[in-house]
Amino acid sequence: MGTVEDYVARVEETCGEEKQFVVIFKYTSKNQAIAKILKKAKVEKSISRIIFDLTFGNVSFRLYGTGKAIFRNLKDKEKLQKVLADLLL
Amino acid sequence: MLDPYKIREDFPILKRKINNHPLIYFDNAATTQKPKQVIESITEFYENHNANVHRAIHTLSQESSELYENAHEEVAKFINAEGMEEIIFVRGTTEAINLVAYAWGLHNLKREDEVLVTLMEHHSNIVPWEMLSKIKGFQVKYAEVNNDGTLNYESFENAISDKTKIVCLAHVSNVTGVITDVKRVAKIAHEYGALVLVDAAQSVPHLPVDVKDLDIDFLAFSGHKMLGPTGIGALYGKRGILEEMKPFHGGGSMIKEVTFNTITRHCSISLNDLPWKFEGGTPNICGGIGLMAAVRYLNDIGMENVKEHEGILTEYAMRRMQECEKVKIYGPEDASLKCGILPFGVNGISSHDIALFLDSYGIMIRSGFHCAQPLHEKLRLKSSARASFYIYNTREEIDRLTEALKEIG
Repeated sequence: MGTVEDYVARVEETCGEEKQFVVIFKYTSKNQAIAKILKKAKVEKSISRIIFDLTFGNVSFRLYGTGKAIFRNLKDKEKLQKVLADLLL
Repeated sequence: MLDPYKIREDFPILKRKINNHPLIYFDNAATTQKPKQVIESITEFYENHNANVHRAIHTLSQESSELYENAHEEVAKFINAEGMEEIIFVRGTTEAINLVAYAWGLHNLKREDEVLVTLMEHHSNIVPWEMLSKIKGFQVKYAEVNNDGTLNYESFENAISDKTKIVCLAHVSNVTGVITDVKRVAKIAHEYGALVLVDAAQSVPHLPVDVKDLDIDFLAFSGHKMLGPTGIGALYGKRGILEEMKPFHGGGSMIKEVTFNTITRHCSISLNDLPWKFEGGTPNICGGIGLMAAVRYLNDIGMENVKEHEGILTEYAMRRMQECEKVKIYGPEDASLKCGILPFGVNGISSHDIALFLDSYGIMIRSGFHCAQPLHEKLRLKSSARASFYIYNTREEIDRLTEALKEIG
């Protein structure tokens, strides 16, 4: 089944505005991660199949074909970790 | 006038592609890329001259010491200081400001004194003073900035008084690129008997800076923002003031003698000469040598040419980006008031989204508060995207930024 760490290289907490988390997927497994996320989350909007506005439950986030995602309105890293586990595992 | 296309040949990293697009590096206010001359100077040092500096008498140490001292001399000349005695190598601007706070401020500031900073400062020119004020009990006062990010000189003049012992301000704002008239501020500060510390992290790499002409007491800057390696920077201080100051770090190199008194059973120390009094421990030797190579590179181009090139790019970028309906550029509308730093926002989109979107086109910009939260609050910005230019950037790159922004907005 693997772990979240098999897919995620780094998580950056942003400054400014509401708290946001930028998730950077590992180069070697980013395509797999993107495929899994697109299977589980609802695509609200897509730009050229490169940028996806997604929702997963009450969590909204944006996924980039370059292997990065930006999550909004998450309380803390633990919550992010749970969302990532639900999406990736 | 400089030729950015010729300059680009010296920067190996600029040949890279990011996300299948040629790299466009617009995050120069955070750090600059390194020319091969700087990279090679570091390799050359480690391959041929590496040894610890000072004290040892063997050949390699002599070579290493000479190179390291030459680096101080070249940096001194670059900002027109009297000589290497006035140049202390540090890790960067942050450490330089902390050095002044703790080696000067800790011993000279009293409860009834005031330190005057401005609201446009980077956190590194706010936090050390706020931290020290908790120890010493003095007050930190803030001069206002105008709505376009320029310093409100009237507020500054109202805030300064006989209680002010030091004025600490940025020469160029790392958020708006606004250039402050430091000479004017220094003249007023000195009339009140206050010292002047200038955060020159965003000015020394981009403009000709002459410490004698500005008549300032301290100047702090970082090597990595001016083509040099990370982990090296410099503090300039007027010789007379540095001589009176206590050391910052205790240890090897910063002392001449440590003698043990068998009666008192304590050691007494005699301090080394300037600038070594402030450089305790083995310094960042190769960093200093890399910084010297960066200074030589910039000298070959000429700082007036650097300033002119960035002025042209800034003016061009402001004009082109205004074509994008939803893009708003923050800061003064007059490009001549600025260095090559351009903060902006896209209506309805967070700065981090802008940065990630541009990243997918190989365009590197910064997003967030840029370590200047009070200024963002003053300008009522939740955060900002920031494009910042340097000698290797071109109009074509700005065209690509504009085209990408049109896709968002």
